[in-house]
Amino acid sequence: MSAIHIHQLQKIYKIHEREAGLGAAVRSLVKRKTRDVRAVDGICFDVAPGEIVGFLGPNGAGKTTTLKMLSGLLHPTGGEVDVLGHTPWQRDKEFLRQITLVMGQRNQLVWDIPAIDSYELHRVIYHIPLDEYQCTLDELVDLLDLKPLIHKPVRNLSLGERMKCEIAGALLHRPQVLFLDEPTIGLDVTAQRRIREFVAEYNRRHKATVLLTSHYMADVEALCQRVIVIHHGKLLFDGDLADLMRRFSAYKTIVVDLAPGATAGRGAGALRPYGEVVNYTDGQAALRVAKKEAAAITSRLLADFPIHDLTIQDPPIEEVIEQVFNAG
Amino acid sequence: MNLGSIYRAQLKTTMAVQLQYRVSAIIWLIGLVIPPLVYLVVWRTVAEAGGGSVGSYDTAEFATYYIIVMVVNHLAFIWHMWEYDYRIREGVLSGLLLRPLHPIHADIAENLSYKALTTLVVIPAAILMSVLFKADWNVSLTNALFFIPAMIMAFFVQFFLGWALAMAAFWTTRINAINRMYFLGKLFLSGQMAPLALLPPALQTAASISPYRWMISFPVELLLGNLMLREIWIGLAVQVLWIGIGLLAVKFVWRAGIRRYSAFGA
Repeated sequence: MSAIHIHQLQKIYKIHEREAGLGAAVRSLVKRKTRDVRAVDGICFDVAPGEIVGFLGPNGAGKTTTLKMLSGLLHPTGGEVDVLGHTPWQRDKEFLRQITLVMGQRNQLVWDIPAIDSYELHRVIYHIPLDEYQCTLDELVDLLDLKPLIHKPVRNLSLGERMKCEIAGALLHRPQVLFLDEPTIGLDVTAQRRIREFVAEYNRRHKATVLLTSHYMADVEALCQRVIVIHHGKLLFDGDLADLMRRFSAYKTIVVDLAPGATAGRGAGALRPYGEVVNYTDGQAALRVAKKEAAAITSRLLADFPIHDLTIQDPPIEEVIEQVFNAG
Repeated sequence: MNLGSIYRAQLKTTMAVQLQYRVSAIIWLIGLVIPPLVYLVVWRTVAEAGGGSVGSYDTAEFATYYIIVMVVNHLAFIWHMWEYDYRIREGVLSGLLLRPLHPIHADIAENLSYKALTTLVVIPAAILMSVLFKADWNVSLTNALFFIPAMIMAFFVQFFLGWALAMAAFWTTRINAINRMYFLGKLFLSGQMAPLALLPPALQTAASISPYRWMISFPVELLLGNLMLREIWIGLAVQVLWIGIGLLAVKFVWRAGIRRYSAFGA
């Protein structure tokens, strides 16, 4: 059975619209023009228990709306949604005890007091037995390196520190399903890595299901084998990340390290007939070539120039994702 | 684990928060003491000019009246109608909705913990005022005992109606105008500005029909010994009625509000 099941899920917002200017403002008092915005438009997918899925899309694609419907904050306009056998928008207590939603810039912790005090309140609200709470807390403190943080008032923590405390707070009740909406937004590289490693470890230990949105592809690459891409509320891709890369990366980058004097003084110009020179410095060149021609061009380069080293690289995942969006 | 332990934990948390804000707590308290003090001085002056009394109130009774008004209003007031707009706008409510607990419990606990702390200041202020203004304390034991349920119910009348009012924030972003109307009504009809007995009969009737009298004036009149036993029982029954209405309002307005919230974007 799926941990998450959605079928033809739909969310349509009615938005009031008016022209600029005073006249339009007065007219809108009497008659309001509304427009339907299809934030989520008939998407379907299933997530198996214990799976980590990257949920990708540009701003306004409908990711957060979908996560809010899955966590029960939003009522769908149409379609089916089921999380752990519950209908999320009914928000029954049993359901809420098994899920968590972490949103990058929202805070659940009480601002003025140390996180540990908020955790204690959390323990009581979620009916967590004391020994289990202590055990989970120790584990979270250890994994996220929280020891020096949880006794300081939350307002005195840095953004990264606060985010780590937020994530710990959101997981104290050991939820089975985690909705993580940009959990690493605004964090430095070290903090991002730490949280990424933590999510992987939590998933491994507790067999939890994770649906993750992130603008940092490093998060997605590190955590998700499977990705779901949506755009304008519609599903564009659902499958392996590797498959996505294969299908949507139209080109490869050939990086060559030329022997001295290889271009006979013509520099980058000598390489232009082979592909688009995206970088050329000190005899090192990067060429962008069509994927299907990469092998042929490589052998021509090897035949035509004295080369010290050559590598063929996939384009950065960000660019591939952009390709998917453009295709949609 | 039951609601009781949730309340204890919530009380501890909110008390810890409130202890962080000593200055704002003092400002709130000054705001609480000043208005009754001003009305008291004004009415005393009027009474002295009119030969020592206005209606059935002499100068000492005015002092007692406003001191009790201050304490009752302090114990019963709520502020959540000023907060819901912010909670909805800033997404704080979404966080509260994700917890397996109705958000009203956190608000009740927060309110009680605030009162528990600030009462430590309000009581000495009340004692000081009664010495300075020579208040007339002549409270019977029966009235003191009746005062307890009347006071608790006055709190819940204000709490549930005020909380239901706060839900207006689901429908409008201009909730402040609604709040001001509500508080204007409260100022005149709850006995805060003048004892209801000194108001024109039409306004007295309006006060009794409205919930306002039962929020402040009723427990004050009771403690002052201005009510017959029959009136006390009727008053308590009316408070029960308003609590029932308040609870129903909370239930329905909350449900409709959440439906709207989850339809239009949380």
